[in-house]
Amino acid sequence: MIEVKNLHKGFNGVEVLKGISTTFLPGKTNLIIGQSGSGKTVFLKSLIGLHVPEEGTVSFDGRINTAFSQEEKMQWRQEIGMVFQGSALFDSQTVEENIMFPLKMFTEKSQAEMLDRVNTVLKRVNLENSNKKLPAELSGGMQKRVAIARAIVMNPKYLFCDEPNSGLDPQTAIVIDNLIQEITEEYKITTVVNTHDMNSVIEIGEKIIFLNKGVKAWEGTSEDIFSTDNEAVVSFVYSSNLLKKVREVYLNEKK
Amino acid sequence: MMYLEHVGKYFMMLGRVFRKPQKFRVFYQALMKEIEDLGIKSLGIIMFISFFIGGVIALQTALNLDSPFIPDSLIGFAAKRSIILEFAPTFCCIILAGKVGSYITSSIGTMRVTEQIDALEVMGINALNFLVLPKILAALLFYPFLITLAMVLGIFGGWVAGVLSGLFTGADYITGIQTDFKPFLIVYALIKTLIFSFLIATVPSYHGYYVKGGSIAVGRASTQAVVWTTILIVIANYFLTQMLLT
Repeated sequence: MIEVKNLHKGFNGVEVLKGISTTFLPGKTNLIIGQSGSGKTVFLKSLIGLHVPEEGTVSFDGRINTAFSQEEKMQWRQEIGMVFQGSALFDSQTVEENIMFPLKMFTEKSQAEMLDRVNTVLKRVNLENSNKKLPAELSGGMQKRVAIARAIVMNPKYLFCDEPNSGLDPQTAIVIDNLIQEITEEYKITTVVNTHDMNSVIEIGEKIIFLNKGVKAWEGTSEDIFSTDNEAVVSFVYSSNLLKKVREVYLNEKK
Repeated sequence: MMYLEHVGKYFMMLGRVFRKPQKFRVFYQALMKEIEDLGIKSLGIIMFISFFIGGVIALQTALNLDSPFIPDSLIGFAAKRSIILEFAPTFCCIILAGKVGSYITSSIGTMRVTEQIDALEVMGINALNFLVLPKILAALLFYPFLITLAMVLGIFGGWVAGVLSGLFTGADYITGIQTDFKPFLIVYALIKTLIFSFLIATVPSYHGYYVKGGSIAVGRASTQAVVWTTILIVIANYFLTQMLLT
């Protein structure tokens, strides 16, 4: 479980996160949603320690990440898998080398053992036989799947995804969403996904927090999001006519 | 004030670079790759330029020393001194600052803007140590060899130019390069090379690592890196010359 308490973060005197507190549950797909500029990415990067919060704490199963010694921090980092918005694959390395990289750095496995593990995770993300391809030779969706494979190759306890289906067609986006949810349930990991894709919210959001101007404006499940009357959430989530209709149908059925 | 901030950040960066590599096997592979990228791939341009500039130095010296009271061997002596003291260590390093410096800044800068550096940090890897230390060691190990080669080829280029043009004889030139040979001058040139190599590896790395923005920012950082590396080489050259030769 990840527990966030009163998290504050700013840049050049501008406060971006204004005291966010929440918890992310293990084995669940936790979503952070909000408009562009609402602080989602800063929040996510503060969770994984890429930004140091000015105030507040983030604890991972009771361990506060800012209180770690250098060694503990290294150990903790190996428990984290991260899928970046642009995939962040090392473009000079092949798919196989990208996924094998954390194994090379942090394990004493033999080449054959590492290759075996790489093939296992590649199979898991449905990308067999792509070992020798360079990231530039892959489509956006395939790059995302390689990024997910790299994120899970060390068997992480926590998985973070920053807008994993941005720039993807709706069909591929659903594939990525489902993959994230399946992996979360299969490996019993705590997954936090940063998104503004409403389909993801409805499909995989087991717990959702809505950020608005750096504060947590709402928190609930994908069920709750249909019935909420929180104005900020309603105007953000139901900004398209299609989703407005979906909501109407849902509420009518409930009556 | 802004310059002081950069100086402070540069030295703080070096503090994070000089740590024990997390995995020696991976570090060794990275070092070999950097020796190839920063060193071996620069061999051609340095060899080409050294040979022809050596020839030009010899020809210009010969054309400007037309007094019958000055022996022709002085041409070889002057060319040798110019090439060993300044051309090979300083100008070749300025050429390398342009070629290698822009490569280092753009490769690290692109990694920064595409979040590859963040990915390294999230994995628990000291990105500065992982990316910059192999570059520094590759430059320190390979550039003295490269500059020594530049000295040899420059002097050889002078000999070829003289013989082909008929402005002086090969024998006179060889007498000149053997006259008043001081091994310390080679040591001086190699000391300069080591300092310049360090600047060539670290200053562009600094510009690349701390780049903010997108592709335009990376391009701008590459230009700044080359400019600042060149300025620092020229300043260091002045102080090293004063400290070591006066």
